[in-house]
Parts: sequence; C-alpha cells; structure tokens
Amino acid sequence: MIETTSAAPAALPLKSRGEGGGRARTRSAGWTGALPLLVFAGLAFGVPAAALLGGAFTAGGAPSTANLAESLRGAYLTAMLSSVKLSAVVAVAGAVLGTFLAQAVVTSRLRALREAVLTASGVLANFGGVPLAFAWIATLGNSGVLTTRLGLGDLGWNLYSFWGLVLVYLYFSVPLMVLVIVPALDGLRPQWREAAQNNGATTWQFWRHVGIPVLTPSLLGGVVLLFGGAFAAYATAAAMVGTVVPLVTLQIADALAGNVLIGHENVALALSLDMIVVAGLVMAVYLPLQRRSARWLR
Amino acid sequence: MAALTPAVLPEAGVPAPRAGRSRRAAGAWRAVVLTVAALYFVTPLAASFVFTVNDPAKGFTLEAYGEIFTAEGFARSLLLSLGLAAATITVVLLLTLPAMLAVRLGAPRLRPVLEVLCTLPLVVPPITFVAGISTVLRWGPDYLAATPFYQTIIAVQNPSFPVVLVVAYAVLALPFVYRALDAGLGAMDVRTLVEAARNCGASWPVVLLRVIVPNLKTGLAGASFLTLALVLGEYTVARLLGFEPFSVWIVTISGANAPLSVAVSIFSLLLTWALLLILSTAGTRRSRS
Repeated sequence: MIETTSAAPAALPLKSRGEGGGRARTRSAGWTGALPLLVFAGLAFGVPAAALLGGAFTAGGAPSTANLAESLRGAYLTAMLSSVKLSAVVAVAGAVLGTFLAQAVVTSRLRALREAVLTASGVLANFGGVPLAFAWIATLGNSGVLTTRLGLGDLGWNLYSFWGLVLVYLYFSVPLMVLVIVPALDGLRPQWREAAQNNGATTWQFWRHVGIPVLTPSLLGGVVLLFGGAFAAYATAAAMVGTVVPLVTLQIADALAGNVLIGHENVALALSLDMIVVAGLVMAVYLPLQRRSARWLR
Repeated sequence: MAALTPAVLPEAGVPAPRAGRSRRAAGAWRAVVLTVAALYFVTPLAASFVFTVNDPAKGFTLEAYGEIFTAEGFARSLLLSLGLAAATITVVLLLTLPAMLAVRLGAPRLRPVLEVLCTLPLVVPPITFVAGISTVLRWGPDYLAATPFYQTIIAVQNPSFPVVLVVAYAVLALPFVYRALDAGLGAMDVRTLVEAARNCGASWPVVLLRVIVPNLKTGLAGASFLTLALVLGEYTVARLLGFEPFSVWIVTISGANAPLSVAVSIFSLLLTWALLLILSTAGTRRSRS
C-alpha cells in the first residue's frame, strides 16, 4: 500500500485524488471481505470448542479436573504416546518421500505425467478411512493377495501392527505431501539456479543455500499437515487394527459411543482436549519458522 | 536430492560433457523414484482388484461389483454425499476467497489471524470436533427446548440433508482451501493486478470475476478438488453424528462379505477419480471460452 501510494503521485500526479479514494475503498473492502469467514468460524468452530472445554472440566455436574487426570493415566496415556510416535514417523517419512516424488514430477518434461500424478495425488491424499483399510487388508492382510502368493505370513509379516499402520498411512501422506510441495517447487525460479551456476555453485551448494531454505516453510508445513493427518486418522485404524495398536482416536470413539463407566462420558472430551494440546504444540513449533522464511515465495 | 535435479542450462556457456552427465543422472534418479512410487501406489489397488474378482470356488467373477448397485440405499447415500460436497464447496469458497483477498489488499494485519484460523482445523482433529459438536447438539433437548434455537438444532440435523455436516465439512476443508488459494494468489501479483484494474475503472465484481478468478483457476480448481474428495471420503464426523452419506453407507452394507467390502472400496476410489477428472476438465474448458 505504502509503495503504491508513494510511487503513484510521482508518476501520475493528476490521478492522485482518485488513488486516495481507491485506497479508502480497498481498506474497507478488506475488513468486510474477511468478516463472513470470521463470523462463520466463530460460530461453527468456537461454539463446539467452548462446549468441549466446558465438558472436559466438568465431572458429575461440578467443575473438576478429574477427567483430565484420568485421561493421562494408564491405557489412555499409552494410547496417546503410541499415537504421537506413529504420527511423527509417518510425518517425517511422508515428507521426505513426498518431496522426492514431487521433485521427480516437477522436473519432468512430460506434461501428462505431471497432470496424472497431481490428479492421482488429489484422490489418494483423501483415500483414507475404511476403504483404504479394506484395500490394504486385501493386499497384505492375513489372507491378502500378496501375503498368500508370496508366503509373507511365514516370514513373520503382520499388517496389523505399528509398522503396518505406518505403511498404510503413507498411502495418503505421501500424495498429500506432493500436493503441498509442488507449488513451492514450482516457485523455485530457474533464474536462481542459473545465477548460482554462473557464480560457480555446484548443484549441492544450490540446494544447501538456495533451494532448501526457500522450501523450508513448505516442508515444515507439510510435516505438520502429515502429522495432523496421521494423528487424527480414525476410520483406517479402527477398521485395520481394532485394539491391537492402542491409539487415542480409538479411545475417544469408544468413550463417545458410551463404552465407558457411567458418569465418565466427559473423559472423551478430556482426551479430545489432550489431542488438541499435542497437535497445538506441533503447530507452535511450525508457525514462527514459517513466518520467518515465507517471504521468499511471495 | 542433488542428482534429482536436471541442470537448467543457460543458452550458451556450461560445457557439454558435464551437462550431459548430470542430465542422465537426473533422468535415472527420476526413473527410480517414479517406479518405486508407481509400485507402492498401484500394488494395493491391483491386489484389491484381484481379491474381488478371484473366487476360490468359481474362479474369475464380477459378482462383487454387481452387488454394489443392487444394495439398498446406494443412490440415496451417493446423492446425499454429492449434495453435501456441492454445498460445502460453494460455502467454503465464498467465505475464503474474499477473506484472503482482503488480507492481501486492505487488512494485512488480519493475515496471522486468518493463517491460524485456517490451520486450526488441522490442530483440532475431526474426532475431537465431533465430540464438541455432539455436545452442542445435545444442548437442544437439554436446555433449549423452549427457545427458537431448538427448531434450528432440529433442522440442521435433518437426515435427508444434514446442514450440520456442511458446516462441519466447511470447517474441515478450510486448511486445504486456504493452502490451495494461498499458493495460487502467491503466484500472481494480486495488488498490481487489482490496482491496475481499479485504475482502469473496473468495479469490484469485475475485478473478482475477470481478473482474480481467471488467474486463480488452478488454485480454485485445487481447492474444489480437495473439498470434494474430503466430503466424499469423510467418515468420522458423519458416522459419529449418526448420518449415512456414501462413506458410511459402504461400511454399513459391506458387513461380513469381504469381496463386497473391497469391491466397494475400489468403486469409491474410481468414483472420486472420475468426479475429479470431470471437475478438472470443466475447469479448463470454462477458462478457455
């Protein structure tokens, strides 16, 4: 705004009054444009959040922290730790693999390949839930096609385990990473590489000093997204492992469905609050870094 | 990583041997990466298909696929999902695009607010969101029975078109829509375009429809794709709130019939794929005219 208004009068002195009017209108349009979203989010998000908070701190009709204490003990704690570990492994592995795949696609000269991979990523990134579990069970489950044909069962293969879940979760995490990182890879201007090369930089030096720093916000954003996706996944895990691998989402669904002691329904809300806190901490690491380096891609 | 990148060469300059070697290395890397990816992503689909058509007793059969269409509730749940998707895409784009333009043009201080707002649905996993929503919906009979809010709460839960799901899905879609649009808006100089158009006398609707939207075609299409796929595949919210769109229906009918449940999974993937292709071709055609 400042740049425009200071440059415009010099170039077009006669238009300066019109410019001022335009600026005022732009600013008011700014606030009104954002208003509907803010109101919507306040209602659709704020009200359930308030209900969640209220419920989590209420036990037996009175304010209490008993629910939170219970949600951080025994089986609930085990489930939470297991969820965090699973999500972290999936997020890092998915981000690395997704970036490699995206780079392979972006640098390819085949326009059709790029379109196909991006469309496929759009589909597969959301191919979660029960169908994903069914597809993998048919492939590598105990009576799955590959398990029986290759005799994997005798080799000790078990899909219904921690690493089985990692393998399955990567199926939607890697495509999601591709979707996140492709715009950033596109944003790496060829001129930057040419400039680096003309100054005698090796390919490694280009990536170390230009490519990676510029991509960092998108990479971190991807890791956070992937963590969130794996952490929140419920249907896939429910259909695949049942209770073999303890996960916090499974515990919440159980508690919401009323499979807990009478009077302990609010434990589901307390567990939800725990989940939000964990995810919030991950986000808190990401936001400042993202803001610091996002300017390169503007 | 390094070898993945083909050398982008200036017109004249870099000696030919080095360029040729790095380009070949890049090609090899690309081939390896793409092959591994293709294997990983195609194998479960191919194996699932084999699983559904290979009956131990009868050999090759497509029975499992036939059963999908004759199963009760197929059309109803599918139409419900598509309706929810259309409503969600409309709502979320109408809310997000003006807000994002506003942040870039007139209210840059709102940017962190919007950023946090559009990342919150990722921080808040759907299952905790459901926990909150179901608590709110329980207020209806508990506290609000005598007030007009009660009717609203009943109305948004109408099983033939649950508005509460559109609201929930719009919230869940916010991060994806925000990211898609942000990438699109970042690729163009919004301020210069808008100010040029405004200086030429264009009104705001004209600026939006003839300057922003055509430039943002990819971003808008991406946002719509992601929202559509999200709504079609969403299971947790719909299931725990007790509604039956397509994603819940396929679980309900699959029951104990393993080939049928896998066939339905493949079918839902193909369906999503087809819809996305239709949407993307429609997007490009509109932009050409």
